[in-house]
Parts: sequence; structure tokens; C-alpha cells
Amino acid sequence: MIADRLQRIGHSTISTVAGFGRAGLMLFGALLGKPDFRKGFPLLVKQLYVIGVLSLLIILVSGLFIGMVLALQGYNVLVKFGAEGMLGPLVSLSLLRELGPVVTALLFAGRAGSALTAEIGLMKATEQLSSMEMMAVDPLRRIIAPRFWAGVICMPLLALIFNAVGILGGHLVGVEWLGVDAGSYWSAMQANVDLYQDVMNGVIKSLVFALVVIWIALHKGYDAVPTSEGISRATTETVVTASLAVLGFDFILTAVMFGG
Amino acid sequence: MLSEILIDIQGLSFSRGDRPIYRAMNMQVQRGKVTAIMGPSGIGKTTLLKLIGGQLKPDSGKILFEGRDIPRLSRSELYQARKKMSMLFQSGALFTEMTVFDNVAFPLREHTKLPESLIRRIVLMKLEAVGLRGARDLMPAELSGGMARRAALARAIALDPELIMYDEPFAGQDPISMGVIVRLIRELNNALGLTSVVVSHDVTEVMSIADYVYVVADKTVIGEGTPEQLRNDPSPLVQQFLRGEADGPVPFHFKAAAYQDELMELTR
Repeated sequence: MIADRLQRIGHSTISTVAGFGRAGLMLFGALLGKPDFRKGFPLLVKQLYVIGVLSLLIILVSGLFIGMVLALQGYNVLVKFGAEGMLGPLVSLSLLRELGPVVTALLFAGRAGSALTAEIGLMKATEQLSSMEMMAVDPLRRIIAPRFWAGVICMPLLALIFNAVGILGGHLVGVEWLGVDAGSYWSAMQANVDLYQDVMNGVIKSLVFALVVIWIALHKGYDAVPTSEGISRATTETVVTASLAVLGFDFILTAVMFGG
Repeated sequence: MLSEILIDIQGLSFSRGDRPIYRAMNMQVQRGKVTAIMGPSGIGKTTLLKLIGGQLKPDSGKILFEGRDIPRLSRSELYQARKKMSMLFQSGALFTEMTVFDNVAFPLREHTKLPESLIRRIVLMKLEAVGLRGARDLMPAELSGGMARRAALARAIALDPELIMYDEPFAGQDPISMGVIVRLIRELNNALGLTSVVVSHDVTEVMSIADYVYVVADKTVIGEGTPEQLRNDPSPLVQQFLRGEADGPVPFHFKAAAYQDELMELTR
């Protein structure tokens, strides 16, 4: 009974560690070696479009609404203390430090991550990866690498766009609707937001999230059981694992950046 | 004599997890001939092709391709060797996001520095050979199963390989496209001086085009020879397979306890 349970724990530990190993090997194989810009650049541009540009709409809409809700909730609290002039810093700091990178990463995992896993899983199931290998073309370099770099480049940019739109959304609700003074909204924001402490830390966060999400998405697709059931499971796993990983890393990074 | 043999498999053993697939198997593929590998489904015929292509590594034994042991080649040597072989997958495995033309051009663009005008000509020649020149702007999703396989065949011969491996080329084809593919395999083999390895369990088609046939079962080769020799093979297992009999050395019944005992159990 106990031996049984121990064995099961051991088995799942070993398979988890082996999964990490395979994921590492995949990334290693994809990124190691001399990049070929002549062939690589068009592939990268295409993936920047698929991963980045096609994610823009969901990022814009979510950013706008999150900014508007933040302003609404923040105003209700601040107005009790007569501090509604601080609405600008409240909205911008919440977005830059936390909500921007985190929500972007979560949306990215749902929109682009799941699509990547499904795409690569399908390529595996329909033997496209195998046939590429038989044509002496390395699928890691050809398929995985451009998607990885595109994700790493896109995510911080998407997070910055999310922040900008969110701050505009806060302005829309706070200033246009609730009547906060426009001058104090912007000037208090300018006085309280620090380029390095707030903006750059947010960018660093979203770079880390980008690495985590895109790595998980690519690995789950590449490692998927090549059946329709296996692909659907891998897609779900990507969204769940990547979201949890983002939240976990966010806590660690926040503790390091703003903890002391 | 030695150079006449393109692939020489010696004492090949391979297992998947705990399940042995091949045990000490020997096989030779003559240059310029169509060699068929037949056997019941589920015995790892596709695995054999992946072993030859170096996508899987055997537990022991040698797989010599042009005298060089595939499992021992370094990564770059293996990639060089793969440029001389190509494989037609069961599904065709066309790249779904490219047109038929770009699919056929893919290996040329990857491995040569030919100008685009020349690539265009080569691609059109290859597509003409499989009768799909008019379908060059279609996407793979718009092709029927038989056409997809022919397009994949055009891609497989794009780099003029020495060896082409067909994985179940006849599976799931209607009689017409089956006939087309049978003819193409034979014609391409003769016209381009290819060596062909056909893995299949469609006895009639295989016997009609193969120069030499291996029957694989029970983890090793159980019969070999020209189609003529095989028809006269004394082995009951080979005969059962060739004639498609339901019962014989390969039993109709999955392994189970004695029938009577199990029925009696219910009445007890």
C-alpha cells in the first residue's frame, strides 16, 4: 500500500524531471548553432505576424477595460479621502508593475500559446515534422526557433501596448466620466512613475513571462502524443501550466523587485 | 557485387519499451530494384523505415547505407546521407501552410542555392512526372488523398535521391489512384534509376511491382524471394499471408483461456 504510493510518487517525479530534460534539449537544439539570417528572417517575420499582430485585438480590448475598471474602483476609494488626484498613479502603477505583464502573459498563453501547441502537435501527428527530418531539415531550427524568438520579442511589446491602452482607459473613466482633473491625473502620474523602478521592471517581468509561456507552449506541442486526443490534452496543459507558471514567477519577481 | 547492395541490414534488433519489435533480422536491398517488405499490420514495418532513415536507433545490429552504418553516423553525416534518401509517408505529410508548388520546392530551396527560375522548372518537371502540374497552386487541404500522395511523391523525388521509401503507399486508395501509384512507383524506379523500398500489406499490388519481396512476421524475416519464388514458398505462415486466410499459423483468436472453460465458468 505505502510502497505502491511511494512508487507512484517516484514515477511521477521521474517523468516530470524527464519532461524538463526533454524541454531543455528541445530549446537547446533549437537555439544552438549559427543562425542563418537569409532563411531565418522571413520565417521570423511571419511568426511575428501570427503570434504578435494577431494577438493585438484581444490585448487592446482587455487593456482598455482593465484600465477603465481600475479607474472606477480606485476612484470610489480615493474619493473618500479626497485623494482622487492620485488616480493617475494608482492606475499607471498597477498596470506597469503588475497587471500589464501578468494579464498580457495570461492572455498570450490563451491566445498564442494554445494555438502554437495545437499547430505543432498537428504537424507531429500528420508526420510533417518527421518528413522534414527525413528531408535533412532540422524541425527544431525550422519550426521551433522562429516561433520562440517571435514570442520573446512580441510579449514585452504587447505588454507595453496593454499598459498604454489601460492608462488611456483610466483617463476615459476617471477624467472624462467621473470628473477628475486632467492636469492632476497626468502630472501626478508623471511625478510618481519611475522609468527604471516601474517601467523597466515591468518589461523585465514580461520578458521572463514570455520565455516561460512560449517554452511551455512549444514543448507541449513538440512532446504531444500524436493523436487528436493527445493534442487536445496538450493544448489544455499549455494554458493551465503556463498560467500557473506566470503567476508563480510573478510572485517571485515582485518579491525580488519590490520586496525590500 | 558489393556495390550492388544499397542497404544491408545485419542482425538488427530493436525494441520499443519492453516490447521487442525485431530480433536479429537480416535484409538486403539491391540497387535499382523495387524491394517490398510485407507483413501483417502492427509488426513495425514503418519502424523499419524510420530505422533506415536514422530517426530511430536500433538496440544492436548494423544498418549499412552505401556501406556506412547509419546509427553510428554523426548528426551532420546523417543529414548528408538523408539527402540521398527520401520517404513517402502514409499521409503524404505535405506542409499544410504551403501550396503544392512550394511543397515540392521546399527541399530544393533548403538544400540548393539554385535561382528561383531554375527551381520553378525543376518543380514543374517533377509535378509533370506525377501528373499534377495543373494542381501546383492548390493547398494540400484541397487535394484528394491520392493526389496528396502523388504531390508528396513529387516532393520526395525533388532532390533526385538514390533511395525512396514508401510507407504503405496503397493504404486507403480507390482502385484508380491505386493503379496510378503502382504505375508511378515502377516507372519512377526505372526512369530515374532509383532504388525503391515499399512497405505494404497489399499483396496483389506488391507482387505485381516488386523485384524482390521480404515477408516479415514474428520479429524477423520469415520468407523472401522474387514474387514467383514466394508463391511456391513452403512456409504455411507465408502462404496464409499471401492468400489472406483468416485462420492459420497466425491465429484468428486473440490469446485467451480455453473457450469451454470460460463458458462453464458462467454456469457455475
